[in-house]
Amino acid sequence: MFRFLPLLWANLWRRRLRTVFTLLSILVAFLLFGLLEALRFAFFGGVEAASDDRLMTQHRMTIVRDLPGGYLGKVRAVPGVKFVSPQVWFGGWYQDEHKPLQVIAVEPEAFIDVYPEIRITEVEKRAWFIDRAGVIVGKDIAAQYGWHVGDHIPLQQNIPYKANGNTWDVNIRGIFDRPNGNNNGVFMQYKYLDESRQFGRGRVGWMVSRLENPADLPRIARQIDTMFENSPDETKSGSEKTWVGDFAKQVGNIGLILSAVAFAVFFTMLLVTGNTMAQAVRERTSEIGVLKTLGFSHAAVTWLVLIESLLLTLTGGAAGLGLAWLLTRGMQPFVATLLPLFKLPGHALLLGLVLTVLLGLAAGALPAARAMRLGVVQALRGG
Amino acid sequence: MASSFSQARLVTALNLRTLVTRWQSAAVTVVGIAGVMVVIVGVFSIYEGFRATLELSGAPDVMIILRGGSSDELQSGLALNAVKIVGDVPSVMRDADGPLVSGEVFSSVDLINKATGGMALVPLRGMGPQGPKLRSHLHFISGHMFTPGTNEIVVGQGAAHQFAGIEMGRELKLGANRWNVVGIFSDAGGLAESELWCDLTVLQGTLNYGTAVQSIRARLTSPEAFRAFKDTVTTDPRVNLSVVSERDYLANLSARLRGIIRSAGFAIAILMGLGAIFAALNTMYGAVAARTREIATLRALGFGAFPVVVSVLVEATMLGLIGALIGGAIGYMAFNGVQTSTLNMSSFSQVTFAFRVTGELLQWGLIYALVLALVGGVLPAIRAARLPIASGLREL
Amino acid sequence: MSNAPLVRVIGASKDYRRGSETVHVLDHLSLEVPAGDFLALMGPSGSGKTTLLNMIGGLDRPSQGSVEVAGQRLEQLSDGKLARWRADNVGFVFQMYNLLPVLSAAGNVELPLLLTRLGSADRAKRTAAALALVGLSDRAKHKPRELSGGQEQRVGIARAIVGDPRILLCDEPTGDLDRKAGDEILDLLTALNQKHGKTIVMVTHDPRAAAHAKHILYLDKGSLTSEAA
Repeated sequence: MFRFLPLLWANLWRRRLRTVFTLLSILVAFLLFGLLEALRFAFFGGVEAASDDRLMTQHRMTIVRDLPGGYLGKVRAVPGVKFVSPQVWFGGWYQDEHKPLQVIAVEPEAFIDVYPEIRITEVEKRAWFIDRAGVIVGKDIAAQYGWHVGDHIPLQQNIPYKANGNTWDVNIRGIFDRPNGNNNGVFMQYKYLDESRQFGRGRVGWMVSRLENPADLPRIARQIDTMFENSPDETKSGSEKTWVGDFAKQVGNIGLILSAVAFAVFFTMLLVTGNTMAQAVRERTSEIGVLKTLGFSHAAVTWLVLIESLLLTLTGGAAGLGLAWLLTRGMQPFVATLLPLFKLPGHALLLGLVLTVLLGLAAGALPAARAMRLGVVQALRGG
Repeated sequence: MASSFSQARLVTALNLRTLVTRWQSAAVTVVGIAGVMVVIVGVFSIYEGFRATLELSGAPDVMIILRGGSSDELQSGLALNAVKIVGDVPSVMRDADGPLVSGEVFSSVDLINKATGGMALVPLRGMGPQGPKLRSHLHFISGHMFTPGTNEIVVGQGAAHQFAGIEMGRELKLGANRWNVVGIFSDAGGLAESELWCDLTVLQGTLNYGTAVQSIRARLTSPEAFRAFKDTVTTDPRVNLSVVSERDYLANLSARLRGIIRSAGFAIAILMGLGAIFAALNTMYGAVAARTREIATLRALGFGAFPVVVSVLVEATMLGLIGALIGGAIGYMAFNGVQTSTLNMSSFSQVTFAFRVTGELLQWGLIYALVLALVGGVLPAIRAARLPIASGLREL
Repeated sequence: MSNAPLVRVIGASKDYRRGSETVHVLDHLSLEVPAGDFLALMGPSGSGKTTLLNMIGGLDRPSQGSVEVAGQRLEQLSDGKLARWRADNVGFVFQMYNLLPVLSAAGNVELPLLLTRLGSADRAKRTAAALALVGLSDRAKHKPRELSGGQEQRVGIARAIVGDPRILLCDEPTGDLDRKAGDEILDLLTALNQKHGKTIVMVTHDPRAAAHAKHILYLDKGSLTSEAA
């Protein structure tokens, strides 16, 4: 098997420039593919981290409207609901108004109960619970601003919660890690927000409930919404996963656009590589004849052409994907505020590799078929 | 020997005739460049469409007044007296019904996006009776304006196209009340077409906002009055307000998103361009290689190097031009006018817009494609010029 | 010398369709080649000598009749098996050498061995031996473009014998060489035949080349016309 590699490799470099340019265009194509996939993950990656057993309850009309605090107890009482975490959007920024933060006010104990996958030390957790002005921050945003546990930082805000001033002083009590999730969040205490705000007192933005059994989700959602039907503040409940997915889709049919661009690129690459392979085979008609006289069967020659094509695409593709991986890692801190989840995930790399193989096979298919069908005698005469 | 120029014409003509036999490689370059063109047109038509709706739709004589320090309507909050104070400023235009001023409340409604099937936050605006007069190109496609004081709603045509459940005559349940869609309007493709409008006081009641508003819109007597108006309003000690022209406001609103689209667009264009260059280089080098004996013969006969270079460059340019034209045509047909929507983070609601393939976009795309083709042709052209004649004649 | 012929061609015919015409390249041709023979096939162009050679080597199949080499009837072998058989039994030498320009001399000689089960050490040994036999050990790493015509043909011969085939088939081996280089090649072939007992069938139009052979057969219009010892 590997004994043929020297022959195949030598064949690729027959026309050095042509091989170099084909490799480079494949590299560029897969670099683009990698970047697009990182962008796609940035938009939709959060859906993976969202859990099946969490229920999201918001105001029926729009999430922008809030709900009465009294709803909390009623939702907690619904059978099948384990924990309920009330949440209020704060938003805000730190030092630079143009770099908005994702600050959310929550009830700390309930929050940790509903999101058990959040990794944080016991010590930090308890410190947060007992400090009204305390916040926990995600490791990525902490790294970006150089925050450490114990820091006192001022957060600023545009929603006119306070009568005077818009600064909220908070203390960083913990840094958390959310594997595969968004590590740019900042969570403050609901009490701290509520006691200082001049409107919306006692109300919550939305509620996230953790259920005993994910299978109960549709039933419980219906039950909750029925409870508040025909009240001044009707609710809408659904799975958190669906909500996150819908939110990503709100930004647009970005997925469609990304796929379309990727497809255009792939298609062009197919033609470029296919043409290179076709040229390569056409030039070697007599050589293919010679191989067949030496005893290489039709099938053997076909394999040689396909593997040569694969070598080309795998080399270029692997280089392009590798470069994409490096680039996205380098770019990540710079785009973190806009796209917190910008990275090239493992499954996209795998998909890329599969595509290089498919590209190699597709580009080599017609030339390989031609090589297979070449009659020895004609081939020796020059095709 | 004929002049360099007529030699060039001859060699080029010869070259183009042999192009037919090399059509497969030539096709690859054409497709490669066409592909780049289509993608560029597609991505930048998003940018242009967005820009048309947001940046270009603002009127220079309409002012948006928000709470001091706020940059968007969502996070602003004003008391009712602010509306009166603004209305009293002399540079505000007046008509039979009073000053052209409208206090407005901005919220949103969850509707289903017909294209994605998912939920979308659609802007819902409550406006005062003078509100419609502040929309410069308002025109009703069907139905009529909502009657003040009632639960009637009118829908922008962009929103009507994108989101489900807001057709003419439909009844909607928003909050605790039922509302009726009584009209569908257009506003020269501007941002208003993404919105649902209703009466200010009715919405205030539904949202429990009391008499507070979130923004005030005012039309001035002329765009030049902006300075004076702004100074008067911002220095008034009774209120804390900020003033921005509608044009600037809309531009700011979309700045981030436009920035993202633009950067992404350039990145994609550059990368695809690189790929196309390599494809073109391949074709052109192949072209030179295929014509080695022919070029060497011409040179042996006395043709200079310059005509050969010209012939290669002409071939490259021609292929690039064909690719660009094909790509541009496909891009225009596929994208121009396609309606879509996206989430504007600053207003936390949907903006509907249409892809827009402008003449300028096609022009720049064409230039870019030609540059790609030329870059792809330069190196091979130089190689063709420097081909050693003797070995070229021997080439099989 | 063994009695049973190595090669038996029995009533072989070969027809080609050219448009609406049928061209008869070989016409019920029969011949026998004993093991250890050095046979020259001569005749004008179009006489079918190359076609006959190709058939003996399993590169082409007769429209009628059969070809038998070392007891194996070639028409009984499928395409795949025929390729296998060729690798094991036949060595070809071409007029235009037909070396792969991307490989060195050694690489070209090694090529047939890639189809065997031999490990890389064994392959290297045999390659070196074949190159030594043709006197090109010092050129092993050169690419074909760095070799003269005669040297290229010697590489071609080395490649043809490296797998120790039963029979060497040569199609105008000196056709593209000058007198001196051609003579060297013919001497080499003669040595392979006489010292190493290789059976050789050579197609040529050059009487001087044919003189090196033990037997000469003439073809004209697809049939044998006369024999000369």
